[in-house]
Amino acid sequence: MADEEKQIDEFTGVETTGHSWDGIKELNNPLPRWWLWTFYATIAWALIYTIMYPAWPLLNSATQGVLGWSSRGDLIAAQQEAVAQNADKVSRLAEMDITAIIADNELRTFAENGGKAAFKVNCVQCHGSGAAGSEGYPNLNDDEWIWGGTPDAILYTLQHGIRYEQNDQTRISMMPAFGADGILSNEEIRDIAWYVVQMSGGEADSAAAARGTTLYADNCAACHGEDGGGIPDLGAPRLSDAIWLYGGNYEEIVAQIQNPQMGVMPAWEERLGNVTLKQLTAYVHSLGGGQ
Amino acid sequence: MKAALRHIDFQRGFQMKHATEAIVVGLAAFAALLAVAFAQDELFQAHMTILTLVLGVSTIVLMRRVKFGNAYAVPGNGDSSKYMDGVIRYGVIATAFWGIAGFLIGVIAASQLAWPHLNFEPWFNFSRLRPLHTSAVIFAFGGNALIATSLYVVQRTSRATLFGGNLAWFVFWGYQLFIVMAATGYLLGITQGKEYAEPEWYVDLWLTIVWVAYLIVFLGTIVKRKEPHIYVANWFFLSFIVTIAMLHVVNNLAIPVSFLGTKSYSAFSGVQDALTQWWYGHNAVGFFLTAGFLGMMYYFIPKQAERPVYSYRLSIVHFWGLIFLYIWAGPHHLHYTALPDWAQTLGMVFSIMLWMPSWGGMINGLMTLSGAWDKLRTDPILRMLVISVAFYGMSTFEGPMMSIKAVNSLSHYTDWTIGHVHSGALGWNGMISFGALYYLVPKLWNRERLYSLRLVNWHFWLATLGIVVYAAVMWVSGIMQGLMWREYDADGYLVYSFVESSQAMHPYYILRTVGGLLYLAGALIMAYNIYMTIRGKIRKEASMGAEAPVAATA
Repeated sequence: MADEEKQIDEFTGVETTGHSWDGIKELNNPLPRWWLWTFYATIAWALIYTIMYPAWPLLNSATQGVLGWSSRGDLIAAQQEAVAQNADKVSRLAEMDITAIIADNELRTFAENGGKAAFKVNCVQCHGSGAAGSEGYPNLNDDEWIWGGTPDAILYTLQHGIRYEQNDQTRISMMPAFGADGILSNEEIRDIAWYVVQMSGGEADSAAAARGTTLYADNCAACHGEDGGGIPDLGAPRLSDAIWLYGGNYEEIVAQIQNPQMGVMPAWEERLGNVTLKQLTAYVHSLGGGQ
Repeated sequence: MKAALRHIDFQRGFQMKHATEAIVVGLAAFAALLAVAFAQDELFQAHMTILTLVLGVSTIVLMRRVKFGNAYAVPGNGDSSKYMDGVIRYGVIATAFWGIAGFLIGVIAASQLAWPHLNFEPWFNFSRLRPLHTSAVIFAFGGNALIATSLYVVQRTSRATLFGGNLAWFVFWGYQLFIVMAATGYLLGITQGKEYAEPEWYVDLWLTIVWVAYLIVFLGTIVKRKEPHIYVANWFFLSFIVTIAMLHVVNNLAIPVSFLGTKSYSAFSGVQDALTQWWYGHNAVGFFLTAGFLGMMYYFIPKQAERPVYSYRLSIVHFWGLIFLYIWAGPHHLHYTALPDWAQTLGMVFSIMLWMPSWGGMINGLMTLSGAWDKLRTDPILRMLVISVAFYGMSTFEGPMMSIKAVNSLSHYTDWTIGHVHSGALGWNGMISFGALYYLVPKLWNRERLYSLRLVNWHFWLATLGIVVYAAVMWVSGIMQGLMWREYDADGYLVYSFVESSQAMHPYYILRTVGGLLYLAGALIMAYNIYMTIRGKIRKEASMGAEAPVAATA
C-alpha cells in the first residue's frame, strides 16, 4: 500500500482516508450525529449526577452532593420508617402474653406474618420451607407435639431449645440406649419393636408383639405412656400413630431402641429476642396442629 | 536462561533444532520434581506432580524431535505465506479445543445447578467446576483466539513477520501450560478466591512471564512494520495486552506463605481488596473481552465483507473513549456494599458514559457492511460476524443499564447478571471467534474453501438459538429471583425464603442447560468442519443462498 491516493468509494460515494492495510481501507465518514449527541448527553448527565450525589474524591473525604443523599442514610431512613410503621403492634407483642396475642385477631395476623418471615430465615434449614420437617427434624404441620403444642409450650421450646447445653433452662430428655448399654437383650428389643409396630397400626409378628407387651409396660410405658400416647412434659413422643422422627418400620424402631438418636434444637431467645419468638410461636401454632 | 535467550535471538544459526528447548524444559521438569520433594503442603505437592508430568512429557516429545543438521534446510514453519503462521495454526486448533472443553464444563455446571445430585465431591462439585468453566471459556478459549488472531492480524497489517522468532512459540506453549496449571489447580481446590483471578501466586507469576513475552512479540512486530500507520485493530490488541498485564500484576500482588506452598495473602485487604478485584474483574471484561475482540472485529469484518471500514474518525474517538472510560467503571460491581458512596457513583456514571464509546465499535462493524448486506444471504461466516456485533451492541447497552444503582438493586446477585454475561460471551466473543476461525482455517492450511458452508449455517442457527434461549431464560429467572428476594408483605416482612427462590428457578435452570447444549452442539459441528477442512476435504453441497430455504431454517 504505503500512501495510496484517496479514492471515492463507489457504493457510498464517500472518500477513503488513503490508508490501506492488507487490502482494508477506511471511509472518511464523520461521527454519526446521533452517536455524538448521545455521547455528549451521557457526559452531561454524568456531570449533573456527580453534582447531586456523593462523587468526587478529595484529599481526605469526597464531595457529598447537593442532595445530601447517602446510602447509609437511605437505609437508616427506610429502617426507621419500617420500625415506626409497626411500633405500636411490636410494643403490644412485647408486653402481652402469647395466649392473649393469639386471641387478638389483628395482633395474631401481624404476628403470624412476622413469624412466617422469621421462620423462612431461621428455621427452614432444619424444618423445611413448608415446615414439613424431614428425618430427625419434626414436622410442624401435624398434631403430634413432642414437647407440647400449646402456645406457651412452643414459645418455651423456641426460647430455650432442646438438649441445647449452652442454655440452662433447655428442654432435656434422654432415652436410654437399651441395646448398647445392655439393659435389654437383642431378643427383648425385637419383641418390643414388634409391639410398637403393632401399636402404630403396622403389620407385626403377633407372637413377638404379644411377648413385647409386658416388656413395653416394664421398660417404656413410664415415658411413652401405657397406650403409647406419649408424654409431652417428658419430651417422649407418641408411638401409637404413623408419625416417626427416625423412621417407623421394624428395623428403624429396633435401631432406635438399641442406640437412640436424639436431636438438638438451639435456644433462640438471645438471637432473635422475645418479640420475634412470639411471632414465630403464633406462626408455628397456626400451621395446623397447634393445641 | 541466557542460553534460552540467545537461542531465541540466533535461532537460525543453530544446528540442532529443539535441542536447547529440550534441555530447558527438561531442567524445568527436574525443578518441578524438586518442588514435589520439598513441598510444604499436599496441594502444592499434587500440583507440582502434575507440572512435573506435563514438563516431563514435553521434554520427551522435544527430544524425539531434535534434528541434527542444517537448520536452514528446514523451512522455518513449513509456511507457504511469507508470515510466521505455524504458531497461529496451533492457536486455531487450541481455540477450538478449549472452546469445546469450556462449553462442555459450562453445560455440566449448569446441569449441577438444575440437578444437584450431579455434584461429585471433592473434585467435580459446582464450586470447582464453575471457575474451571469461566477460566476455560474466557482465558483458554478467548485467550487462545485473541493470541492467534492478534498474531495473524499484526503480521498482515504491518507487513512484517513476528518479532522474536520462536518467542511466539514460547508464548503459545507457555500459555497452554498456564491453562493446564490453572485448570488442575481449580480441581484440586487451589484458589486465591478472586473471581476470574483464581490461580495462586506461582501460576500468576508464570502468566506474567508469558504475557510479557506476548507483549514483546506483538509490540516488536508493530515496531518493525512496513506500513506508515498502525491499523486500528492493532490499537485494540495492544491496549488489551498492555492493560491486561497491568490488571493482572496489580490484582495478584500477594505474599506467599512459603515459596514451596500454594497459599498466599493478598497485598490488599477489606474493601480495598474488593475494589482492586473488581477494577480487575470489570476490565478483564473491558480489555480482554471487549477491546481485544474489537481488534478481531476490525480485521475480520472488513476482510470477510470486502468493504472499507465505515469511519476512521469514529474508530479513533470510540477507541480513546473506550480506553479512557472503561478503566473507571469497576466499582459498579460493588453497588450497595461497604464501598464508599462516591466510588459507587463514579463507577456508575463512567459506565453510563461508556455506552456510546462501546456502540462506536458496533456502528463501525455494522456500517462496514453497507454495500455488502446482500452477502448475508450467501455467506454464513459473515452472518456469524454480524450477529456477534449485534450481540455486542445489545450487551453493551444492557451493561450500562445494569450499572444504574436502581436497576442494580434488582439485578445484582441474580441470574440476570449471568444472562448478561452470556449474551456477551456466547453472542459477541463466541460468535466473532467462530467467524474468525472459519475465515482463518482455509487460509492457514491453503484450502480452497471450508469443508462445508452449510455446516457453518447449522452452527450459526444452533448457536444463535442457544444464546436466545439462554439469555431469555436468565432474564426471566433473574428478574423473578430479584423480585422474590425483595418481596415484602403489608407489614414489611419478607415473603420468600432463599430456598423458595431457588426452587422457583429449577425449570429455568433446566432450560438454560438446554440453551448451553445447543451452543455446544454448534461448536462440535464447527470442530468437525474445521477438521475436515484441514484434511483437505470439500463437501459436495448446494451453494448457500441459491434457494429460499436459507430463511426457512430460521
